Amino acid sequence: MIELSPVIFSGIAIGIVLVAAILLFIFSLPSLRSSPRSLRPIPAVQRLRRAIGLAVEEGKGLHVSLGKANLLEPPAAIPLAGLSTLERITQSSMISDRPPVTTSGDPAVSILSQDTMRGIYRSGNVLESFDPAQANLVGASPVAYIAGTLPVAADENEAAHILVGSFGPEVGLLTDQADATGSFTIGGSESLPAQAVLYATAQQPLLGEEVFALPAYLGAGSYHQASLRVQDWLRWGIVVVLIVGTLLSVALG
Amino acid sequence: MNMKSPIATAIAIAVGLIVLAGYFVPLAILQQIRFQLLDWAIIVVGFAAIVGIINLLLVHYKRFRTSGPGHDSLSLVVILAFAATLVVGLLFGPSSSPFQSVILKIQRPIEASLMAVLAITLAFACVRLFQRQRGTLAVVFLLSVVFFLLLGSGILGTLGNIPVLGDLIGLFNRLPVAGARGILIGIALGSLMAGLRILLGADRPYSG
Repeated sequence: MIELSPVIFSGIAIGIVLVAAILLFIFSLPSLRSSPRSLRPIPAVQRLRRAIGLAVEEGKGLHVSLGKANLLEPPAAIPLAGLSTLERITQSSMISDRPPVTTSGDPAVSILSQDTMRGIYRSGNVLESFDPAQANLVGASPVAYIAGTLPVAADENEAAHILVGSFGPEVGLLTDQADATGSFTIGGSESLPAQAVLYATAQQPLLGEEVFALPAYLGAGSYHQASLRVQDWLRWGIVVVLIVGTLLSVALG
Repeated sequence: MNMKSPIATAIAIAVGLIVLAGYFVPLAILQQIRFQLLDWAIIVVGFAAIVGIINLLLVHYKRFRTSGPGHDSLSLVVILAFAATLVVGLLFGPSSSPFQSVILKIQRPIEASLMAVLAITLAFACVRLFQRQRGTLAVVFLLSVVFFLLLGSGILGTLGNIPVLGDLIGLFNRLPVAGARGILIGIALGSLMAGLRILLGADRPYSG
């Protein structure tokens, strides 16, 4: 088995980051930009769009759950994807009679979610309608987070629960409670046990990297759509490397 | 248009690039700057925790004081439990044995009870899956759950010595690992792109 030295490993990692950055820049150029219609349809996102529209029409609220991850540890990318999703959902629903609410288990993510929502309200010239209590810090440990979010899931005035964050299997309690009130639930996570639980319990599960694609599908801008194309290219690159690596290892014994 | 401060964006991008470079390039000066920046980040997160807790208490105070639909009596329990934990923690110290003992004796049984409820909830959810998603994937999901539960329990362990069957069991043991790695590669690519969007200033989860 070939052992990579730390220098070669760092070189490969920098190479992947640079290639991804260059591709992201190229695909976001106006002449190479892809149309939002060219995206592969995800039924869960189509249902979410309809749920957002219905919630605004009925004057009901939307709940965005950002999970328990903090910004200093590896799953930091997932709350960032959640914040991008929150930005799009706030833009779509801030005119509703009942404003959107968020819950998170990390103070920094909670402050960022408050800041994100305040920014959207400010840009929409309705800052006076923003209430800081819309962004809730509910509990620091995984189970405390779920226990603190259960009352929001039990609220019949929340039409949909959008779970985009780091969860454990305990997220099943949240989706079950939301199901009992007849609310729409869509959920994705970076954790494999949580994805399995969400597949069984959420009305619309997001599997694998679909959770990171959510902002792009909600129309978050050209960079988000370009990043989906880069992901596809990198995925094909990894497939080729895996196949070539397997063939080489078989050939070299 | 969502106005974001160019200064805040420039600082965020510069700090992000320095920390990323410090992770890969083993230059002493870069490492020092990286660790200094991370130390500052930890201090900022500490302050964020204080702000978050104050916000949490204010929200619950407001809910308790409100008369009408938003009123929640349990908010008083949250405030009192917080105050009691704070006072006892300040008196004995957060890492002292009596304090830890009291906290864990309350927290663990509650968490264990919730996990027990979760076990029942998931069992019912598996049955309800067919009401929600009638399709081949739902059938495959349920069959996989039963099959891999049997495989993981070791009941089929005695069959491992039979030549062809043993190889098949080995293959089935590796199958979920391969699938999990495929999903994790997708997650890693999604994380990479989310990080890059922030580094390039395309995504700014801060108003500045």
